[in-house]
Amino acid sequence: MKKLLLKKEIDAFRLKAQTLEHPREMVVDLLRAIQDHYGWVPDEGVELTADILGVTPIEVEEVATFYDKIYRQPVGRYPIHICDSICCWTRGGEEIAAYLQKLLGIELGETTADGLFTLLPTCCLGGCGRAPSIMVGQRFHGNLTSEGLEQIIHELRAEAGG
Amino acid sequence: MSRIKSPAELEAFRKEILAQRDPDKPCITLCSGSACNATGSGKVAAALELEIEKQGVTTEVVSRRTGCHGFCEQGPIVVIYPQGICYLKVQPEDIAEIISETIKKQKIVERLLYVDPNSGERATLEEDIPFYKNQKRLVLGSNRKIDPRSLEDYLAVEGYQALTKVLFEMTPEQVVGEVKDAKLRGRGGAGFPSGLKWDFARKAPGDQKYVVVNCDEGDPGAYMDRSVMEGNPFAVLEGLMIGAYAIGANEGYIYVRQEYPLAVANLTVAIEKAEEYGLLGKDILGSGFDFTIKVHRGAGAFICGEETSLLNSLEGKAGEPNARPPFPAIRGLWTKPTNINNVETWANIPMIINKGAAFFSAIGTESSKGTKIFSLVGKVNNTGLVEVPMGASLRDIIFKIGGGVPGDKKFKAVQTGGPSGGCLPEGLLDTKVDFDELSQAGAMMGSGGMIVMDEDTCLVDIARYFLAFLSDESCGKCTPCREGIRQMLKILTNMTKGLAKEGDIDLLFELAEATKGSSMCALGKTAPNPVLSTLKHFREEYEAHINEKRCPSLSCKALIDFYIDPEKCKGCGACFRKCPAEAIEGGKKRIHVIVQDKCTKCGGCHEACPAAFDAVNILSGVPVPEATPEEARAIG
Repeated sequence: MKKLLLKKEIDAFRLKAQTLEHPREMVVDLLRAIQDHYGWVPDEGVELTADILGVTPIEVEEVATFYDKIYRQPVGRYPIHICDSICCWTRGGEEIAAYLQKLLGIELGETTADGLFTLLPTCCLGGCGRAPSIMVGQRFHGNLTSEGLEQIIHELRAEAGG
Repeated sequence: MSRIKSPAELEAFRKEILAQRDPDKPCITLCSGSACNATGSGKVAAALELEIEKQGVTTEVVSRRTGCHGFCEQGPIVVIYPQGICYLKVQPEDIAEIISETIKKQKIVERLLYVDPNSGERATLEEDIPFYKNQKRLVLGSNRKIDPRSLEDYLAVEGYQALTKVLFEMTPEQVVGEVKDAKLRGRGGAGFPSGLKWDFARKAPGDQKYVVVNCDEGDPGAYMDRSVMEGNPFAVLEGLMIGAYAIGANEGYIYVRQEYPLAVANLTVAIEKAEEYGLLGKDILGSGFDFTIKVHRGAGAFICGEETSLLNSLEGKAGEPNARPPFPAIRGLWTKPTNINNVETWANIPMIINKGAAFFSAIGTESSKGTKIFSLVGKVNNTGLVEVPMGASLRDIIFKIGGGVPGDKKFKAVQTGGPSGGCLPEGLLDTKVDFDELSQAGAMMGSGGMIVMDEDTCLVDIARYFLAFLSDESCGKCTPCREGIRQMLKILTNMTKGLAKEGDIDLLFELAEATKGSSMCALGKTAPNPVLSTLKHFREEYEAHINEKRCPSLSCKALIDFYIDPEKCKGCGACFRKCPAEAIEGGKKRIHVIVQDKCTKCGGCHEACPAAFDAVNILSGVPVPEATPEEARAIG
């Protein structure tokens, strides 16, 4: 089974927590590290975080469920954040969102059966000069058209396949 | 290079850097901000490197990847100094020609120049392009000249001069005094006088104090802070250190939102470099001043841009606000006095120290000094980042710099201040950008989003849009904000669907008043603004939605119908082919008819109908005429 974090990473976090006056400030960093490694943050991830930082699991859970870029449910390998900010909205963002849903055969919030893509709305990516835009993981794409989207999806599928 | 231990060593190092640089040597800069990166700036950079080598000009030119130049509509952008020759929308295949013509033969590549859409004239130099010509780039100016990851580049543009001056020639009181005299007001939205805020934090009792950079720029339509952080992180660091010295802090936090990975990357490199050279850490430049910085990445919550929420988020809690007072200056991060300013505010500080409060306060209006960066977006020709002196008129920004509204559409409104701001109509275009004047007009400065809307935009729908955003982003801690926004949103959604009732406007006013007056933080207190400002200036649109079930902008889908005028239809079939819903009945030389039950109102037929025929009408507030009977549809 996939691990939440590597042992050496856990050790490094524990060590760092000891040096900090307020270890709790690392909670998002830790949750993100688990997410980067495991794909999302399961209950065990919340418990591990609480254990390392010396706080209760509910204190971690409060944070984990507050932010929308911490995934408390499984997501695809490539979470796609579709910007629905005002600039994207006025420049065809809804059409882009509809097209992606059609292309992948899923609704917003769902994950494709092959486990590759999850569609999530977000606001705002700050790519307003290049609207409409999306962000795949940490990669920003702007000035999108249906052809552009097909290309992006095609490349990601190829990357995952190879 | 080892640590720089004194101002003399810093100056010697600066001289060494400048001595190695020939100001006359061609320098090719390439915009590598997030927007340009997304449109292939990386490939252009690779081509540039390759071509410089291939054409054997390695020793004759310098190439540099800079931060955002601001003219995002036209990226990737290449500027060649010292002349400032500006090439737009540059592709990798253009690079060979730029080197062989411009660098080797001093010839201009005409096709890459800016062409004025009105006059058809080309502009060779950056400074001749109207978009740049009418700006005053005091904060953004360095973005196009320096590599954000190079400390040497920052030193070459007077970097760390202000810090040296502060540490060795000024007392903390004098620094606070200088910022007060400059009359700098916070660029994050509220416009609170920065010097005063610093003074509160400085005077607050306590040994441990903090300074914080707010780079959680979440307003829809705003990305100024992103570009400053990505393009000139050293300026933000220097400003922050000056503030730390002034209030007596030795630790700083930079809170960057999750959506800005390039800002985090460039900032991280800048911090490492500054540490390596001793411009962060213990005993900076031998002054005895210690300072360390931590970068904290957000995880996606708009409310974290509010200062008390941001501080809670930094502490590892959910980013919910606290009631103020106490203000962070008295009781902030981990209950210690904390001074928190926005990115643009911090980036102004080195300039104020270098050039003096008198220089800064000579720019702008009576109550608003210096410049302000706006992200000019929406229905405007030149989208991008513009920096103008306070006091510039909205008209100048939108028309002189922004080049007006695209196509032959008419300007309708401009929204400033993001979801907390308001929409201003054409009659108020001469309003000046000034904290107080914008507020009086019913909008606000906000963080600097400026969204232009044309005649096709429905203002009721815009108000609904902003409330939908705020409803999603309200943290829910206090009831007036959580429920007030939700109920206003319900009414507005009904309006756009033709389900509004008489009295809804009064109810909106009542809800707006309650939400404004009793919410805990600025999110709720300002949430009704989009509704109130559109009601103030566009009340007739609301009334049309309620009383006539009509959308004057022909935008709200539930209130419009598409109809083909049988008198004008030539039976060309353009609309028939375009319709994705198979909702059009056609046939050769036959009048085309839209089957209303099947129509999804995508507008495809309206766009497809040749302008010469102009047969597809959009109707609102009136019944759709009976369709021409089958037997009467033959044309001619």
